[in-house]
Amino acid sequence: MIVAQQKPLEDIRQMARGFRRLLVLGCGTCTTICFAGGEKEVGLLATSLRSVLGQEIEIEEAVVQRQCEWEFLDQVGEAVGRAEAVLSLGCGVGVQGIGERYPGVVVLPGLNTAFMGLTEAPGIWGERCMACGDCLLHRTGGICPVARCAKSLLNGPCGGVQDGHCEISPENPCAWVLIYDRLMQQGRLEQLEEIIPVRDWKASHSGGPRRIVRPDLREMVEEEV
Amino acid sequence: MPAGSNLEAVLSAGRFAVTAELGPPKGTNLSVVERKAEILRHCCDAVNLTDNQTAIVRMSSLACAIHLRRLGLDPVMQMTCRDRNRLALQSDVLGAAGAGVRNFLCLSGDHQQFGNHPGAKNVFDLDSIQLIQVLAGMRDTRRFQGGDEFTGDIPMFIGAAANPFADPLPYRVVRLAKKVRAGANFVQTQAVFDLEIFGRWMAQVRARGLHEQVAIMAGIVPLKSVGTARYMRDYVSGIVVPDAIIARMEDAADPKAEGMAIAVELIDAAREIPGVRGVHIMAVGWEEVVPILAERAGLLPRPLI
Amino acid sequence: MTLRAALAQGQFVVTAEASPPKGTNVAGAIAEAEHLRGRVQAFNVTDQQSSVMRLGSLALCYLLKERGLEPIFQVTCRDRNRIALQSDLLSAAALGIENVLCLTGDHVKLGDHPQAKPVFDLDSVSLLRAAAGLVAGQDMAGKKLDGTPDFFLGAVVSPGADPVEPQLLKMEKKAQAGAEFFQTQAIFDPDAFARFMEAARPMGKPVFAGIIMLKSAGMARFMNRNVPGVHVPDRLIEVMETAKDRQEASVGVAVELIRQLRPLCQGIHLMAMGWDHLLPRVLEATGLAAQGVV
Ligand code: SF4
Ligand code: SF4
Repeated sequence: MIVAQQKPLEDIRQMARGFRRLLVLGCGTCTTICFAGGEKEVGLLATSLRSVLGQEIEIEEAVVQRQCEWEFLDQVGEAVGRAEAVLSLGCGVGVQGIGERYPGVVVLPGLNTAFMGLTEAPGIWGERCMACGDCLLHRTGGICPVARCAKSLLNGPCGGVQDGHCEISPENPCAWVLIYDRLMQQGRLEQLEEIIPVRDWKASHSGGPRRIVRPDLREMVEEEV
Repeated sequence: MPAGSNLEAVLSAGRFAVTAELGPPKGTNLSVVERKAEILRHCCDAVNLTDNQTAIVRMSSLACAIHLRRLGLDPVMQMTCRDRNRLALQSDVLGAAGAGVRNFLCLSGDHQQFGNHPGAKNVFDLDSIQLIQVLAGMRDTRRFQGGDEFTGDIPMFIGAAANPFADPLPYRVVRLAKKVRAGANFVQTQAVFDLEIFGRWMAQVRARGLHEQVAIMAGIVPLKSVGTARYMRDYVSGIVVPDAIIARMEDAADPKAEGMAIAVELIDAAREIPGVRGVHIMAVGWEEVVPILAERAGLLPRPLI
Repeated sequence: MTLRAALAQGQFVVTAEASPPKGTNVAGAIAEAEHLRGRVQAFNVTDQQSSVMRLGSLALCYLLKERGLEPIFQVTCRDRNRIALQSDLLSAAALGIENVLCLTGDHVKLGDHPQAKPVFDLDSVSLLRAAAGLVAGQDMAGKKLDGTPDFFLGAVVSPGADPVEPQLLKMEKKAQAGAEFFQTQAIFDPDAFARFMEAARPMGKPVFAGIIMLKSAGMARFMNRNVPGVHVPDRLIEVMETAKDRQEASVGVAVELIRQLRPLCQGIHLMAMGWDHLLPRVLEATGLAAQGVV
């Protein structure tokens, strides 16, 4: 999922100041699961904003199932129409989705979108993937060194491992220790001897913004039309 | 084809080699480099120029290496993958090689978080093994990483670092093997204090026959005080300082003298280990000690080849 | 006399380009620069132009400097982060290099290592600010330096961009960040350049108009299609198309442009595109032949 975190209330207050009608819009998928932008968070934030911004502002609340799909965004057309600004509690994709659907309205990001990861334990999320566009998990025991090694090293650990942890962020295990342990458990340590050659980063964001066009699906759509 | 560096000549003549480290200044003051170079001139075969070590901005290893060349010393230009992508790295190699630099040491590089620019974006387009591959490709196949061929030779003596003391221990020799396969000619290790771990690692190295394919030089850090020893033990990952050494430093009336004595003992011991072909002395900020250590360890005069 | 001193004295300056080789053989690049010795004030040493991997600009700058030729060290943000950039700047100063031209740099996709990771930790404006910071005695972390550089900082601007307002805004930002001179993208339309200079003049920074040696009508059309901010008028394309001797025509075009641009700005920047041997003739015909003579 996409993991996000609410911006400090003070930052949100600064952003929202001056608007008279605000719609706080949550997202029912990723940001609900990471407790950053679901129904409950929308309610709590609206209440806090009413108290810090006072009478000058009228706040509406709503949640859509996903802010990153038109069909769900279409369901809140009226509420958006009443607002001067939408404070989105979706990820960065959601914020931009609202803007593309309703270009006339000001959209404010209520969250900091952090990473793609999973819930390691209740209240703890960890990064797992950086969408590099050319997945090599089959070569690294299913553990991603691109996203989980502080240096994205592809050929084994640097000298900075301390008790199995990465010196950069001692709360994180060294990705290469994880890879080593996993491959040992699977009896596939010989995989580590292989040199992973220089990468083509074009498929990652380094190659510019990415876009996928599926001709097969496009054909189907065009036939229907 | 030989690269033509002094370090290479000493090693291929079968002599026990000595290299030392020189940290470039945090500013434009080249006289610092000159002063240190004079101290090191007659006591080692080549001088490593660090590349913004510990992610602290300093004069570049390229500029210092070129300057050392002009002063008639043999530089080892250290290159990390932290701050430069493959265009910049290859371009710097061309510039250095064009100015007569022959030894290149390929490193991943310390993370910027511990330096003085923690807000910097790191690069890591390549890792150290891939950097060795890229340089070896330029040298051996006359091709840049992008695939273009070029004419003319780029003589290079390619080095790598090795850490025998960091987790996971059994993986460390595998990583060295990869570096050798990628094209490394010489290896300088992390500071050796624990001869037992080092000896075990060297046994694994010999078991794989790696010592015959690459010249291994043991890293030596002379200790200045018990504080430094403890700091390295506690805070520098990948360094193991045994209690016995800490105790000796604690008890010493003159810690600097004791530190020197320990360093000389370590050099002597490393020399006895089959497959160790030199030492790399890292005495950053204490360059004056290098000639003394070399003298006491019986490594002077340095061969002229 | 240095570039900085020449401008301070109000001289009209000429700069040219020195392109590092693809390989370690620097003899050609040095010979080309030698050929222009005494005719141009300083040489821009490009930093892997168009993202094509070449020998580093720092090394060639140093080699020129050693021979008493004045380099302008071009630095881009494409391949180096702030640690490497500042480190290279300190090195340049230690090697006696004074002029630095700060650029953002093209994307790697346009060059011969399209698989590389582009860096872009800084951009041209923040790089200028960082360089100005070094001159003021501290690095971006605020740490004091041992030995301070004394750079003469430059930047680029594209007067032919459409719309031009964002260019002017950025130029202003660059000047505030520390740029002391500006070199422009190739100019072919003196009237448009005159209008640009009206707006740019109040910033009080010397501007060197870019002059590209046109080599053919095809090249002109290619630039019109592919190089943003460059527009070669039909009249000049025709001149090139009908020319019996293209080199002759190219010199003619450059001379005519320089004559028109000279009253408008403080210098010209010549981009020979491989026709370096024609530059002395261009300079003689425009009366700009003696430059940087010490
Ligand atoms: S290799 Fe790339 S795609 Fe696969 S998990 Fe890592 S970042 Fe994601
Ligand atoms: S300690 Fe491990 S995770 Fe951290 S940078 Fe080194 S190899 Fe990567």
